[in-house]
Amino acid sequence: MRSPELGIFAFFVLFVTVLGFLAARWRGGGELQTLDEWGLGGRRFGTAVTWFLLGGDLYTAYTFIAVPAAVFASGALGFWSIPYGAIAYPLLFVIGPRLWSVSQRHGYVTAADFVRGRFGSRLLGLAVAVTGILAIMPYIALQLVGMQSVLTVMGLSGTGFARDLPLLIAFALLAAYTYSSGLRAPALIAFVKDTLIYLVVLVAIFVLPAKLGGWEHIFGAAQSALAKPNPATGKPSGTLITGAASNWAYGTLALGSSLAIFIYPHAFTGIVSASRGETVRRNSVLIPAYSLILGLLALLGYLARADHSTASAVAQAKNPQLAVPLLFEHLLPHWFAGIAFAAIGVGALVPAAIMSIAAANLFTRNIYRAYLRPTAPDREETKVAKIVSLLVKAGALVFVLGFSQSLSINLQLLGGIWVVQTVPAIVLGVLTRWFHRWALLAGWAVGMVYGTLTAYHSSSPTQAHFASPTAPLPFSGPTVYIALTAFVLNMLVTVALTLVLKALRASTGSDETSPADYGRNAVQRQSGRSGDTT
Amino acid sequence: MLKEKRSGRSVRHVLAGVLLIVPVVAYLWVPSYAKASPRVAGFPFFYWWQLLWLVITVVLMGAAYFLVRNER
Repeated sequence: MRSPELGIFAFFVLFVTVLGFLAARWRGGGELQTLDEWGLGGRRFGTAVTWFLLGGDLYTAYTFIAVPAAVFASGALGFWSIPYGAIAYPLLFVIGPRLWSVSQRHGYVTAADFVRGRFGSRLLGLAVAVTGILAIMPYIALQLVGMQSVLTVMGLSGTGFARDLPLLIAFALLAAYTYSSGLRAPALIAFVKDTLIYLVVLVAIFVLPAKLGGWEHIFGAAQSALAKPNPATGKPSGTLITGAASNWAYGTLALGSSLAIFIYPHAFTGIVSASRGETVRRNSVLIPAYSLILGLLALLGYLARADHSTASAVAQAKNPQLAVPLLFEHLLPHWFAGIAFAAIGVGALVPAAIMSIAAANLFTRNIYRAYLRPTAPDREETKVAKIVSLLVKAGALVFVLGFSQSLSINLQLLGGIWVVQTVPAIVLGVLTRWFHRWALLAGWAVGMVYGTLTAYHSSSPTQAHFASPTAPLPFSGPTVYIALTAFVLNMLVTVALTLVLKALRASTGSDETSPADYGRNAVQRQSGRSGDTT
Repeated sequence: MLKEKRSGRSVRHVLAGVLLIVPVVAYLWVPSYAKASPRVAGFPFFYWWQLLWLVITVVLMGAAYFLVRNER
């Protein structure tokens, strides 16, 4: 066990715990008796807070572990999360402020609230809510996986209960302050998380390459390592540059994921908790700064390839997810490795908190209130959300401790595919109400089924199911991201059925929103309250 | 007078739209950057090109932001 590293790690976890509890009083929290206060931080976050919150949301500990791991394992293809961010933000620029505005006007807390109001369909709202909850649960579990990989490298790899104890403690603390402070807790802790992450990545990227003989040498070493045949498959494990075969996969992974990035429940929470539509738009311009950090971080996967002791330790553990933690462990002084591990640990807590709040909001609003207790007063609604946030975290813990890691990873892959199937109702729903609610529901169902089955049947020599997020297009064609194929099918069904239903004059339901609710002027009239302090 | 203002507004909107689409096209046109050379500071083209475009994306989006913001 490495005591200096562990000491620093424990210090930061305790530090953010204190912050988490204090956050309840931040920005006039008061009693936190409404879902707006507990689950959205009072909808008062300005540009800077939202930047940290959204960044803390979208760039998670798992991202920081998994992206370099993907680059380590398969080379260029693992770099797709860089274009993914860059493509997503123009979309956020256009849709985000409108979504914020209409949510503010009608008090929507979740994306499913919006869909229900827009299309006058409780059932479509339920579909969106269930999709969101299903997609986010494995994502929370993966935050734990990210934290676990750091704990493993720090030497906390005993057996049974002793091994799980640190994770249990960290999560119990997280659950406690999320319960009492709501969204204010991760918003405040995100400052710590990002300061640590930026510090670590910048130091790593400026210090480590020189130690390993410079970039030219690192890319060369990575190239020859990737070209060696993988013992399991007999084929090279990857390439340094995408080729004719993988260009499609690369582009569609980026495009498909970018469609869903901000309708993931936790990102939606980040958007509607902003104080103004302008705040959201400004953030769509400023957030790509995170992608730059992520790009540099991704390259650490190659540094891990180029460092012999790290590469062989990763090979021995048969777990590329350890690439970055082991690289830090081998090449950085212990005290600094401790800071790096703390960054990843805190980086797991922030999104796990936001995600569990988002899942709780969805359950409370779109299942509990919509179906079980329509007359629930605000106070009861908030109470339910708080309890659900605990259950969600407990569920994620059971997942990670009770099942193999690969289950969470497979489900997260599925989650990504599923969320994209709600794009027509949410993203396109912001722009147009042309689609019929039943057509949207049918398209969603088709996309979900196709995506799930295709991912399930994706196999490789080492994995019978869920081997890859990409699959060849039906019949013949290039290999592309499954979510995007499912999305295209979803759209085809939605459009075709909309035409049919309109011809049949099927009831379209009522739209409780009006065009003015999405606009800039509506926003200005609404945002009279003084909240944007940053 | 009002009409003139309106058309100036829509020109700015179209221009902002173009600025937003440029990075999307640049990144989705994968074959245009899926190559190793020319290298810069040891980085293969594939990597430095995509990192550079992140910076360009921020600049373009910033310009789009000011285009639509000043229209009030």
